[in-house]
Amino acid sequence: MSEEIIRIHVEGPDDQVKELEIPDGINLSLMEVLKASEYNILATCGGMALCATCHIQVVDGLDMLDERSDSELDMLDTLPNADDDSRLACQIKVGPQINGLRIRVFDN
Amino acid sequence: MSKEIIETDIAIIGAGPVGLFAVFEAGLLKMRCHLIDALPQVGGQLSEIYPRKPIYDIPGYPSIDAQDLVDELMKQIAPFQPSFTLGERVETLEKQEDGSYHVIGHEGTTIHAPVVVIAGGLGSFEPRRPDIEGILEYEGKGGVHYFVKNPDIYKDQKVIIAGGGDSALDWTIYLSEVASSLTLVHRSDSFRGAPDSAEKVFNLAEQGKINLVLQSNLSSIHGQDGKLTQVGVKDKGKNETILDADYVIPLFGLSPKLGPIGEWGLNIDKGAVAVDTFDYSTNVERIYAIGDINTYPGKLKLILCGFHEAALMCQSAFKYVYPDQKLSFKYTTVNGIHSF
Repeated sequence: MSEEIIRIHVEGPDDQVKELEIPDGINLSLMEVLKASEYNILATCGGMALCATCHIQVVDGLDMLDERSDSELDMLDTLPNADDDSRLACQIKVGPQINGLRIRVFDN
Repeated sequence: MSKEIIETDIAIIGAGPVGLFAVFEAGLLKMRCHLIDALPQVGGQLSEIYPRKPIYDIPGYPSIDAQDLVDELMKQIAPFQPSFTLGERVETLEKQEDGSYHVIGHEGTTIHAPVVVIAGGLGSFEPRRPDIEGILEYEGKGGVHYFVKNPDIYKDQKVIIAGGGDSALDWTIYLSEVASSLTLVHRSDSFRGAPDSAEKVFNLAEQGKINLVLQSNLSSIHGQDGKLTQVGVKDKGKNETILDADYVIPLFGLSPKLGPIGEWGLNIDKGAVAVDTFDYSTNVERIYAIGDINTYPGKLKLILCGFHEAALMCQSAFKYVYPDQKLSFKYTTVNGIHSF
């Protein structure tokens, strides 16, 4: 049985692009994966969509993601640099549906 | 103008749950505490970020709302009469000749104590700054304000507010009566703040009392001799419009920053203060760090771990407050609580 691998392309604050390989079924949010991959993501509130310190920009693959919830939109509204392609990484569940997603992370 | 110096046994930087509980543990050992926090209220993240979220891992409480935990802690520490300086950010730490410290806030409040405890959580909450080149040089007197402290200064001035939350809407409504012209810049074409306020803002725009610039962001800032004169606003098509302005008020909420704590000669590891788990002391004598601001092998950022750290810290800090006394550990069940 081969385990499915989810690949996500991450453009870092230094413009370096890394490909993250995440095994399916680990039950993590994208915020948790980014933190574990040593990206400088604060995630102050720990994933409750309450602080907007895990803001990312979706470069490619916005259609793979669920709609933004009201609480996520509320938080994104507090960011000076948020746009229509902005998401809170803590609200994105990592699974096969986001295989191939390309995102940009910011320096917190 | 110098303020009176506040004398205490332990100066606690940060009035979140762990800083508050440290008052209790200190009080059991007859040590008094003064707390200073950048936020205008006690409770730290719990009150500022998630007051109505239930917490499930506080021993003895199957579930407790964050704000309720803060309220209960305030009751628990009341017998030990802590004093507070709120809404003031600590800027400097000055070592005195006898080894004690002056903890000095940005408005000049000075706390003198033999022991300093950093319970600063993720640092101090500071306003989010738009990513615009040169904005730093206009902050404060230059005309870029992140808070409305005194609305009178905007009287008959050209004011630009940026943001779409409640505070942006509320101040737009209020200052529309005060300023000579008021422009609200918001990145979307709808507001997620209180529907009432949003409606008022749209009405003001229809009546020509304010200038509403939607689907746009602040993009540039221009001035002369350190004083703001104009700002640029870009729409989604990246077309920039230049607006005359005396003041710009970006209102994008608060974000935690480690701030000046990073400049006090403490060992810092990935944005946290490295401590010895024996007593949660830092590399600098008489300075301790407890709660989310510290780090050590196996660190978990849990409130309950911070409580434990506070208890051990106090046992160690005692020797600086009462150098001539020997500490003997007593249970509250045996000894009770002796209020000050």
